[in-house]
Amino acid sequence: MFAYIIRRTLYAIPILIGVNMITFVLFFVVNSPDDVARMNLGMKHVTPEAIEKWKADHGYDQPLLYNADAPGVERLTDTIFFEKSVKLFAFEFGSSDAGRDIGADISERMWPSLAIAVPTLLLGLLVHVSFAMLLAFFRGTYLDLSGVILCVVLMSISGLFYIIAGQYLFSKLFHLVPVSGYEPGWQAWRFVLLPVLIGVFSGLGASGRWYRTIFLEEINRDYVRTARAKGLPELRLLFRHVLKNAMVPILTGVVVILPLLFMGSLIMESFFGIPGLGSYTIEAIQKQDFAIVRAMVFLGSVLYIIGLLLTDLSYTLVDPRIRLS
Amino acid sequence: MMWVLLWTDALVFALVAVIVTFVLYARKHEHMRAPWREVVRGRIAVAALVVLMTYTVTGLLDSVHFRKALPMQDGQQEVQYAGDVVSLLDGLLGDLATQVEKTYSAPFATTLYTRETVIAEDGTQQRIFPRLKYGGAHLADPVSERVGDIALRSLRALGEALLIILLLYALLSAWLGRRWNTGSAAAALRMLRGETDVPWRTALVTLFVFVFLAALIVNLASVWHVFGTDKVGKDVLYQTIKSIRTGLVIGTLTTLVMLPFAVFLGMMAGYFRGWVDDVIQYLYTTLNSIPGVLLIAASVLMMQVYMDTHPELFETMEERADLRLLFLCLILGITSWTGLCRLLRGETLKLRELEYVQAADAFGVAKATILMRHLLPNLMHLVLIAVVIDFSGLVLAEAVLSYVGVGVDATTMSWGNMINRARLEMAREPMVWWSLLAAFSFMFMLVLAANLFADAVRDAFDPRLRAQR
Amino acid sequence: MTQTLLQVDNLSVRIGNGDSAIRPVDGVSFEIRRGETFALLGESGCGKSMTALALLRLLPQPAGEIVSGSVRLDGEELLALTESGMRAVRGGRIAMIFQEPMTSLNPVMTVGAQIAESLEQHKNLRGEAARQRVLELLDDVGIPDAARRFGEYPHQLSGGMKQRVMIAIALAGDPDLLIADEPTTALDVTIQAQVLDLMRKLQREHGMAVLLITHDLGVVSEMADRIAVMYAGQLVEQAPRDVFFGKARHPYSKKLFAALPDSSKREQRLTVIPGTVPPLNQVFYACRFAERCERAWELCNRQQPDWFAVDAEQGVRCHLADPTLSPPTSSDEQDAVAVARSQPSTAPPQTLLEVNGLKIHFPIQRGLFKRVVGQVRAVDGIDLAIPSGQTLALVGESGCGKTTVGKGILQLLNVTAGSVCFESVELTQLKGEALRSRRSDFQIIFQDPYSSMNPRMSVGDIIEEGMIAQRIGAGKAERRQRVAKLLEQVGLRPEHIHRYPHEFSGGQRQRICIARALAVNPKLIVCDEPTSALDVSVQAQILNLLQDLQNELGLSFLFITHDLSVVAYLADRIAVMYLGRIVEEGNVEDVLENPRHPYTEALLSAVPRVNDGDGRKIIRLEGDLPSPSNPPTGCHFHPRCRHAQAQCSAEYPPVSEVSGTHQVRCYLWDRQTGSVPPE
Repeated sequence: MFAYIIRRTLYAIPILIGVNMITFVLFFVVNSPDDVARMNLGMKHVTPEAIEKWKADHGYDQPLLYNADAPGVERLTDTIFFEKSVKLFAFEFGSSDAGRDIGADISERMWPSLAIAVPTLLLGLLVHVSFAMLLAFFRGTYLDLSGVILCVVLMSISGLFYIIAGQYLFSKLFHLVPVSGYEPGWQAWRFVLLPVLIGVFSGLGASGRWYRTIFLEEINRDYVRTARAKGLPELRLLFRHVLKNAMVPILTGVVVILPLLFMGSLIMESFFGIPGLGSYTIEAIQKQDFAIVRAMVFLGSVLYIIGLLLTDLSYTLVDPRIRLS
Repeated sequence: MMWVLLWTDALVFALVAVIVTFVLYARKHEHMRAPWREVVRGRIAVAALVVLMTYTVTGLLDSVHFRKALPMQDGQQEVQYAGDVVSLLDGLLGDLATQVEKTYSAPFATTLYTRETVIAEDGTQQRIFPRLKYGGAHLADPVSERVGDIALRSLRALGEALLIILLLYALLSAWLGRRWNTGSAAAALRMLRGETDVPWRTALVTLFVFVFLAALIVNLASVWHVFGTDKVGKDVLYQTIKSIRTGLVIGTLTTLVMLPFAVFLGMMAGYFRGWVDDVIQYLYTTLNSIPGVLLIAASVLMMQVYMDTHPELFETMEERADLRLLFLCLILGITSWTGLCRLLRGETLKLRELEYVQAADAFGVAKATILMRHLLPNLMHLVLIAVVIDFSGLVLAEAVLSYVGVGVDATTMSWGNMINRARLEMAREPMVWWSLLAAFSFMFMLVLAANLFADAVRDAFDPRLRAQR
Repeated sequence: MTQTLLQVDNLSVRIGNGDSAIRPVDGVSFEIRRGETFALLGESGCGKSMTALALLRLLPQPAGEIVSGSVRLDGEELLALTESGMRAVRGGRIAMIFQEPMTSLNPVMTVGAQIAESLEQHKNLRGEAARQRVLELLDDVGIPDAARRFGEYPHQLSGGMKQRVMIAIALAGDPDLLIADEPTTALDVTIQAQVLDLMRKLQREHGMAVLLITHDLGVVSEMADRIAVMYAGQLVEQAPRDVFFGKARHPYSKKLFAALPDSSKREQRLTVIPGTVPPLNQVFYACRFAERCERAWELCNRQQPDWFAVDAEQGVRCHLADPTLSPPTSSDEQDAVAVARSQPSTAPPQTLLEVNGLKIHFPIQRGLFKRVVGQVRAVDGIDLAIPSGQTLALVGESGCGKTTVGKGILQLLNVTAGSVCFESVELTQLKGEALRSRRSDFQIIFQDPYSSMNPRMSVGDIIEEGMIAQRIGAGKAERRQRVAKLLEQVGLRPEHIHRYPHEFSGGQRQRICIARALAVNPKLIVCDEPTSALDVSVQAQILNLLQDLQNELGLSFLFITHDLSVVAYLADRIAVMYLGRIVEEGNVEDVLENPRHPYTEALLSAVPRVNDGDGRKIIRLEGDLPSPSNPPTGCHFHPRCRHAQAQCSAEYPPVSEVSGTHQVRCYLWDRQTGSVPPE
């Protein structure tokens, strides 16, 4: 088991290198630092001096890959590639184009993100699975049919609509919760409540339908027929046999996104003014702060790979058939 | 008139050609025909198909672009063309694009949404809601005549729509009557009773709804702002209709870009295994590990910088916006092929062990032939299901991406841009709701139809589901 | 207490609605008495499983529905019970075990919990008491080390063990009736023998009745007290065992016996039942068997026969049994047609294929760098020779590597070591084009007629594919002509050329596969279990066809199978395989009548036979086939062998010559006495 984790971690290295190469090519090869500087300076007073100054200020004044002017090892280390890409492996994110320390920002802003993402995930799982179980229990009836139609309709509505409609209803019309904002500590619940509820509701269509399919697939399996031939009541059959087997794909589907919860939700946070990593990213994108985007891309990949590893491990917990070796 | 072929136009028509070829191929092959026959026998699927066709026709009309010739001036030798590119759809919609008010106005309003200070005839300053330049301008007394005018025009639209549908019904009866050798009267009766295999009645009813809507637009939109106007006074209905093409292009071209990657790489990985498989798996795990929105955002940002620093590459604004749309499709395609690729790899791994593949091996059939003749046709249903399911997701994604600021060009009309621009309007007092509602409902109709159709296609093509029923 | 336990009257089942609705069970009546074994015999799709599910009201939902009839258990009408009342019956008074032990147990629950669940439901046992009872039950069904198995998951058990667990679950409720739906069909014959033994023992001990559902006449003959034959949703004959095997009355029953291959029929063609079972989505106005019956006359096509009681115990649904009618007389039993088998000519036949020391190992790879940590020795050094125009049968249980041998010979797999010599050409050395062009000489027919043809290609394209690849026939027209000829040769019609595989039945598909192989004029055909997915009556058609083709074209066959009766009928020589090696090889009479290896002996005795009397000495093998990645030391068979000695675990035995044509690899074979020592 331990050896397995080590091996998987080693396997992550080439993938992270790949991610790094992709971002490097995207950010420094497609457009040279000169282009970026020019764009940041706006189109008005672009003089070669201004460009050089901007590059120097933001640490883009080195050669890309090889610094012929520097002595010794620094020929390789005094480069943009080393400074901006390799250092990510040490989680040194450097400073943003606006001059803030990205690492500090991230560690500060991940908590509000988690405050939204974790309850949304847990409550969502509970609600979606229960809803799907309900449909599976009444399979073939009109309740099931209307449930499925409801799912398709819910799926067809843009996520943005749920947010806008939710804000309008609960905040503007009924004044139940503030429209947006955030406050650390226990007072946060007032700000968290609506995004969580909207998050859960907007996922109901897709998840509910998918889980129902999983349940029905399991219900049609031979072992359920065996259980039925034992004379087990239908509810017990669903909870003890079907649910346990269906949880294997459901849980492992959830585990892979667990680490990514740190990243927060772009849309939700920006609509509700939550100072999390999601809104951080979106602000960076809108301000075209590439240093932050680079850092988030790398962080996201690391978390995804951790998610993959956790998924493998969780398989061994929920499915006795799989043993890691 | 000078025809203009934008990049996306060319690809859209290429796609149409692909679909036509596919239909011709499917007609000849029973294993493709049978499931399709099943699809078009479902009532919901047929209604959804009619909706989709309506959107598609609108989108196609909007994909034939040209520049109008300017009137000849005296002594001019060559014909001059207008700087802006318009489409056939613009031609059909008439003056909708140019009837611009000053600012917001509500649906069917005759006055602006905001008060303005005007100097009355007696010289005093007054705060009033001024009359619109175009909306309801033909009425002398809007307060008393408005309802009557709208009702009258709607009635006329209803009449026109009925006429068109009855005509279609008669034509259809004649055609089916000849096909079934029953005579058109009998065919008409069978359709009316809903006794046909293909639910023609449902199709006609759905079609009627859309013809009626079209007639309403034709009758009302020329003198009213049916969905109101936006901040700069542009007609919202016009924007919503023009957004259809953007949604369709993103939903379809993305898949067109992605398919060759996914199918080719997935099959290669599954069939050859070994190092080929390792490389392809590494490729998609790496791409997959970057959170989708971030990868798209990063790529789009870089594209934006590139376009900003190379303005000389584009002749017109439309071309620039169009290329940006195309690149968005490319980027979406490159980031979304991994799922299908993995699915196809897994399926190929299963298929290659099947005995008919081994039998072909035993005959010494070439590997490329095995891939094309034995594997590809048996994967097609998965590809088809993936394409129809992805479509609705992509249409929805466009809205989110535009909101994040990495969507289509700001000058391109799209539902995402409309929502993005309008979301702050909800906070206004009094609230401006019509832009949002128009964008959401047009998008909802398309996505719902696509989802329902995708369900029908999946039910018909997925053998596993077929066994369950 | 009456004698009758279960009384079924006029039971009818419908699946689906509208035009596509089928009636897999249509007016079935029978009774099961206390403590007896009642067998429901029929080919696939005849409705026997649906009958069983209907008894427990477990038909697939929502499609299935019991249309009419009555099912009375001890006089109590089951069809009138509420759903909760029915639950007390399921697993309590009637228990059921299923065909597929692999999928019939919940994969994420321990074996113990799955048995305990039934105890909790029906005996109200919980906790330690339940645990004790589960351990007893596991012991009862012969699972060694019950305490450890209690906490294991199904995937840790072999197929035979899983079926034992299924039986333990069934026993937990102390049922009066056990319904066993093809309980051993998915198992190997030696394991089948174990499970059948167990069922007999438990039935004796618990005094329960068994409803045995099977297609296997041999199993019926060994197990059943009374037998009902089902055909196309109806019972066509019912009789006590001895009467049935002595004086079956229905033409279908008689044909079933005649279609069974066996060594006594070697010199003749097998009797076949032409055609296939009619689809059940129609309303019948005639006898359902009339189309396939050679004794049918005009009445049979006009009127459904009623049920006629021959005597108190035997009944039959056939106009022939109607005493008021006088059917046209016919030459009652069609005379078996003798076939001129290709007799080995006086000159020793030329060797077509010679395999020496063939090894096929699959590496077990682990970890990041795919380190090879072991080898699955699927084939571990075998020698074979096939003379031209003859049939060598390779016999063994599943997992012994016989299919791998076939594919290795055809160079469809990479051979690890050894030589495959075809007409003096070393195939393992051939590469690329040289190998490709030789591929027309050897072809293969697969087991599963459903997956061996590309569903997206027409029959013509399928058969033509090999000809194109091997450049046989000039031009499309000529190839098409040949395809048509081939179709006729295998008993299909030339106009089938444009159809697709799914339009054909299993037997017809196998004919197409044979035509496809023949298209390239092969000299050797590897037949990999070509009939094991087919019903007996269809199997006979295919075996006849293969026999004819061999006589006509002088083909050689490597016939890979687990079915010894097919071997006895068809093969010239037999090689018995166990765990990657050949343990015994010889002419068919040598091996079948005079087996020298204990494994061959056990294999032969485990096959259930029709009319074998009770005098047969049955050798039961304990345990399961070991894993080929970690075979036992010495003789692979010694852990399961009754005669194992110290020497056996030390070293693999060398080849001993029993006679010029018969070799065995066993220390028991004593050169001096020429016999296996007594027990």
